[in-house]
Amino acid sequence: MLSRTASQLYWMSRYLERAENLVRMLDVTHSLSLLPQSRGALTELAAPLAVTGSLDAFHARHSRLDSEQLFNFMALDQDNPASVLSCLRFARENAHAVRGQITAEMWEAINASWLEAKEMPRRGIPSVSAFFDWVKERSHLFRGATYGTLQRNDAYCFIRLGTFIERADNTARLLDVKSQLIAPAQANLMPVDAPAESAPDFYAWSALLRSLSAFEAYHAAYRDSLDGRRVTELLILRPDVPRSLRACCDEIRAILPQIEAAEGALDAGRHVKQLAGKLAVQLEYGSVDEIMALGLHDWLTGFLTRSARLGEAIRAAYLEAN
Amino acid sequence: MHALTLPAPSHYDEMLLPSGAIRPHYQPFANWLHAQTPEALAKKRAEADLLFHKVGITFAVYGDEAGAERLIPFDTVPRIVPASEWQMLEAGLRQRVSALNRFLWDIYHDHEIIKAGLVPAEQVFANAQYQPAMQGLDLPHGIYAHITGVDLIRHADGGYYVLEDNLRVPSGVSYMLENRKMMMRLFPELFAQYPVAPVAHYPTLLLNTLRHASVADSPTVVVLTPGPFNSAYFEHAFLAQQMGVELVEGQDLFVKDDYLYMRTTVGPRRVDVIYRRIDDAFLDPLAFRADSMLGVPGLLSVYKQGNLILANAIGTGVADDKSIYPYVPEMIRFYLGEEPILHNVPTWQCRKPAELDHVLTHMAELVVKEVHGAGGYGMLVGPASTTAEVEDFRLRVRANPANYIAQPTLCLSSCPTFVESGIAPRHIDLRPFVLTGRETTMVAGGLTRVALKAGSLVVNSSQGGGTKDTWVLEA
Repeated sequence: MLSRTASQLYWMSRYLERAENLVRMLDVTHSLSLLPQSRGALTELAAPLAVTGSLDAFHARHSRLDSEQLFNFMALDQDNPASVLSCLRFARENAHAVRGQITAEMWEAINASWLEAKEMPRRGIPSVSAFFDWVKERSHLFRGATYGTLQRNDAYCFIRLGTFIERADNTARLLDVKSQLIAPAQANLMPVDAPAESAPDFYAWSALLRSLSAFEAYHAAYRDSLDGRRVTELLILRPDVPRSLRACCDEIRAILPQIEAAEGALDAGRHVKQLAGKLAVQLEYGSVDEIMALGLHDWLTGFLTRSARLGEAIRAAYLEAN
Repeated sequence: MHALTLPAPSHYDEMLLPSGAIRPHYQPFANWLHAQTPEALAKKRAEADLLFHKVGITFAVYGDEAGAERLIPFDTVPRIVPASEWQMLEAGLRQRVSALNRFLWDIYHDHEIIKAGLVPAEQVFANAQYQPAMQGLDLPHGIYAHITGVDLIRHADGGYYVLEDNLRVPSGVSYMLENRKMMMRLFPELFAQYPVAPVAHYPTLLLNTLRHASVADSPTVVVLTPGPFNSAYFEHAFLAQQMGVELVEGQDLFVKDDYLYMRTTVGPRRVDVIYRRIDDAFLDPLAFRADSMLGVPGLLSVYKQGNLILANAIGTGVADDKSIYPYVPEMIRFYLGEEPILHNVPTWQCRKPAELDHVLTHMAELVVKEVHGAGGYGMLVGPASTTAEVEDFRLRVRANPANYIAQPTLCLSSCPTFVESGIAPRHIDLRPFVLTGRETTMVAGGLTRVALKAGSLVVNSSQGGGTKDTWVLEA
C-alpha cells in the first residue's frame, strides 16, 4: 500500500474516533453541569478544553466560560481545529483522498455525516444531547460499515490502528483530567477500598464511566459501589472493557503483525512491534497498586509519553515516504 | 400528464419525428413514460440527486468558490441508440482511432504523411503540442493513444459527425458507468423491456489495455492523479478502485536507477504502467514545466529508456488539435486506404487567407474556436451572440488568424429532457470511449452530454451541461 494512502486511512479513523471521544467528554461535562450542587462546575467545564489543549484558544475568543460557549466552541466552531466539526471535516477530507481504498458504504457513511454536520452551525441543532447521540451513531455506522464491508487487508489494519491509538490516548487524557478534578487534593485519589464519600464524587465517577460506555461493565465486574481505585483498574487494566488502555493496546499488538512487511531485519515495522509489545505487556502484568504507588497522574503521563512514541514509530515505519 | 414541448423542425430529435410521432425505438419508453405520474418521476429524480450526492459523484468547477464540489445534473430520459446506428459508429470509431495512432507514429518517426504533402509540416512541427522528445522513440506496439474519447454529434440531416477527437486525457467515462447504475436502480422495469448493451465491464477492458501496453511479464499499473482538488478526481479514484490498482500522486513516485518506484508501506515498489490523468506539461519538472508539483522529476528519462509506459503517450495532443482535425479524413485514406466512415464537420482554417475571408464575412453564422481551446472556453457561437460579441471576436481572429478555426453552426440533435416546465427538447452530443491495446475495444455506449438551457449548444459540464444514460440496443 502507498505510504500516503496508509497515512490518510490512519488519520481518517483517528479523527473520527477523536470526534466520538470528544462528544463523549462533552456529554459527561454537560450532564455534570446540570447537577444542582455540582462541585467546581467551572473546572468541570474547563476539562474538555484542558484535555484537547484548547484552553488558550478558547480564552482568546471568549471572555466567559459557560456550558453554551463551551458547546459552541468545542462542537460546532469550524475555526477551532479541535472541534467535533473540524474532526469530522478532517476525517472526511482524508476519506476523500482514499475513497478508492474504502468501500462505497464507508465513504457514504462518512461523506453523509460531513454533509449533514456542515449545515449544523447555520441550521442549528435540536438539542445538545441529540447532537451527541448523532455523532456517536455516525461513528458507530462508519465502524460498522468498515467491519461489515471492508476486505481484511492493510487498509483495514491501518484504519483499526488509527482507532486504537487515538482511543488509548483519549481514554488516558480523560481519566487524567477527570481524576484530578474529582480528587484535586489527593495525588492518589481515594484511600484504598474507601467507597465514594460524597454524592458529587459518585456522579463524577459514574459520569466518567458512562462517557466511556463502561458503567455497566463496572457493575458487572465489581458488583460494588463506585470508587476511584476500581474505576482506575477498570479503565486501565481490564482487557474486556473496549475503551480501556489494556484493550486498546492488546488490539494494537494484534494488528501490527497483520500488516504486510518485509522479512526479518528488513521489516521497517520491527521497532513499532517492539514498542507495542512492551506497552501491552506492561498493562497485562501491571497492577493497580503499582499505579497508585507512582500516582495516577504520573503514571498516565508516562503512558501518554510511551504511546506518543509508538505513534511516532508508526509514522516513521509506515506513513512517511521511504 | 406530462407537459411535453415539441422539438423545432429545424433539427433532428432522437425521440420525436417532426410530426410529433414517436420514433419506433423510443415507443416502449414513450408508453412507459405515459403511464408514470409527473410526481412519481419527480420523486425518482430527487432520489437520484440524493444518491449522487451521497456517493460523492461530484466535480470541481475552477474559479467557482461556492461550488467547490458540484453535481453534474443527471437527466433520467435516456438517449437510445438503435443497434444498426451503433454498428456504423463502432466501425467508424475503430477506423478513426487506428488512423490517428498511425499518424502519431508517423509524425514521431518518418513523417511520411508530411512528405506526401497531405499535412503541412508547420502544422505539425510548429504545434505547441508536438513533443520533440518523442521523435524516434519506439513505443511497445506503436500505440500512442490507448484511451480516446471521440465527440460526436448528430446533425439535422440525421447523420453523425465527429466534432473533435480527445487523445490526451479524455474524461467522463465514470459518468457513463454511474449513470447506468443509477438508471438500473431507479427504473429496473425499463431494462426488462429494452435489450440495453451493458457497459459495466469497461474498467476490465481498460485494465487489460493498460497491461498489454507494457512488455513486462506482470506489469504494475497505477493511475496518476493531480490530487483531490482536480475537477475529475472522482473519476480517477473510481477507475483506480474499479481496476484494483493504486491511485498515486506525483509525491508518491520517485525515480531511481532508471526505474520508477512508488513509496509503499513495505518499501519502494516498481511501477510499469501509468494511466496518467495529468497533462504532458506537468509530468516531469526536469523536462517540462519546472514549476510543476504534480509530476515526478526524472520520469521522462525512465520513459525514454523504455522502462515505463504512459497511457496516453507524451505528445498525443498534436493529433487532437483543432488545426489537425481537418486532415483526419486524409489520414484515414493515407494510412488505411479506406474511405472515412464517420464524417468531419466542414472546417475553415483561418490561417488560410481565402478561408479567413469567408470566416470574417460569415462570422455571425459560424462557430469560431481557438485551435487549442477546450471545455467550451474561448469560442464564439455566432447565431447565439450579440453584434458586439461578434465584433470583439472578429478583432481577435484578425489579430491571430492561425489560432482559429470556424465551422458551420451545427444543429446538434435534441433529446427530450426534464426541465422546469415539464419535458422539452435539449441539445445533446455523444462521447464514446475507444481503447487501443492488443486489439481495439470499446463498450457499446458512451457519455451523452446535454445542454440544459433551452436552445443552447454548449454541453460542457463546466458550462452548466448535464448528462444522460446512453442505451445502445442489442440487435
